[in-house]
Amino acid sequence: MIRIEHLSKTYSGKTEVAALKDISLHVQPGDIYGIIGMSGAGKSTLLRCISLLDRPSSGSIYLDGKDMNTISGKELQQLRKQLGVIFQGYNLLMQKTIRKNIAFPLELSKTPKDEIKRRVDELLEIVGLSDKAEAYPSQLSGGQRQRVAIARALASNPKVLLCDEPTSALDPLTTRSILELLRDINQKLGVTIIVITHELGVVRTLCQKVAVIDSGLIVEQGLTREVMDEPKHEITKLLISTAGGR
Amino acid sequence: MEFIQEYLPMLLQGSGETLYMTAMSTVLAYAFGLPLGVLVILTRKDGLAPSPKLNAVLEWIINIGRSIPFLILMIALFPVTRLIVGKAYGPNAAVVALVIGAIPFVARMVEGSLEEIDHGVIEASQTMGASNWEIITKVYLPESLPSLVRGLSISTITLIGYSSMGGAVGAGGLGDIAIRYGYHRYEYTVMIVTILLLILIVQIIQCAFNALAKKIDKRIIK
Repeated sequence: MIRIEHLSKTYSGKTEVAALKDISLHVQPGDIYGIIGMSGAGKSTLLRCISLLDRPSSGSIYLDGKDMNTISGKELQQLRKQLGVIFQGYNLLMQKTIRKNIAFPLELSKTPKDEIKRRVDELLEIVGLSDKAEAYPSQLSGGQRQRVAIARALASNPKVLLCDEPTSALDPLTTRSILELLRDINQKLGVTIIVITHELGVVRTLCQKVAVIDSGLIVEQGLTREVMDEPKHEITKLLISTAGGR
Repeated sequence: MEFIQEYLPMLLQGSGETLYMTAMSTVLAYAFGLPLGVLVILTRKDGLAPSPKLNAVLEWIINIGRSIPFLILMIALFPVTRLIVGKAYGPNAAVVALVIGAIPFVARMVEGSLEEIDHGVIEASQTMGASNWEIITKVYLPESLPSLVRGLSISTITLIGYSSMGGAVGAGGLGDIAIRYGYHRYEYTVMIVTILLLILIVQIIQCAFNALAKKIDKRIIK
């Protein structure tokens, strides 16, 4: 589904900063894949590269076999539709209703009006917010806003949903309901999910596979269960010991 | 009673001229200042179309425009005004100077409003495949509309002030009356009445725009 090969990203400025060094990762269709690390480990840079907000300095990212960094224009727009992204800060349009927010990507791709309405109703149903269609984001709680963001990200029927710290601003109870929603989406709609997080609990409850990232390197990857049971790298052990509980 | 009979027609005409100058120059200043403000935001280092050179030129032009006192700008512009409207006095001539004087001001107001938009929202739109034009028309402008309206009220009131200053060099309007009667003829009553009229106009504009901004802002839970 998504294959990352020897990806590096260096930010040049007064001093060169190597944010990512030789990252290789293979996400299979239907996976829920966790990428965990401490702040500053390079998680956000990796997400920015996968979501095409930033271009890698070297290496390739393949989506469905296509190298995302060699195409442009129309083809790139098509490829972007295969990729839904949700963010920690939700990033909703504050002056538009929930319906309009979810419809936004569909309007961008010039979907006919009646089809937009049908699709938005369907998405509102999926995320359980049918009664909030005409409300504004400021009238919703954090968890509800993230549901709107999820619905919006799913609007163009993406194959992959990229989640950047999706629950880091939410309380434990709301976190659980969002994680359940993501798992539902993965199982019922067959959407591959990549979750970037610093919360071990999120990886444990949601992800079958995990990659641990530290100082721009992937230090460990594999099935979540195996990595949790027998952590090999210091950082993984640290993440597990500081997370507490099991 | 006599006072009203004597001065009412003149005061009405003055108010009309002030409103005319303000309205015309606000509309025209936004026609140029709004795109200019958008362009400044776009060409910034972290903007949608980074262009340090163009950005530096725009900053330079805006800063120069902002640093010339309006009264001096108006006098300096007499030849230009004559070229455009055929004469250097009267409301229409004043509008030319008002527009040129207000464009940089408006550009800064617009820039400030667009700056308030969270960068994350722009990035989210990019991941959804929005083009730069779509981000301007569907995200930047609609999302900052309440702030733009508040900026519009500040710009309008500033232009009322500018147009009154223009009265000193023959722009017409209430400022002209206040200076002619209050300064040259020592008729303070007339001057005070014109000041009261200006206060009234400013209050009405401020209240109307505030109410409008509040009404359209969906971030405020009513």
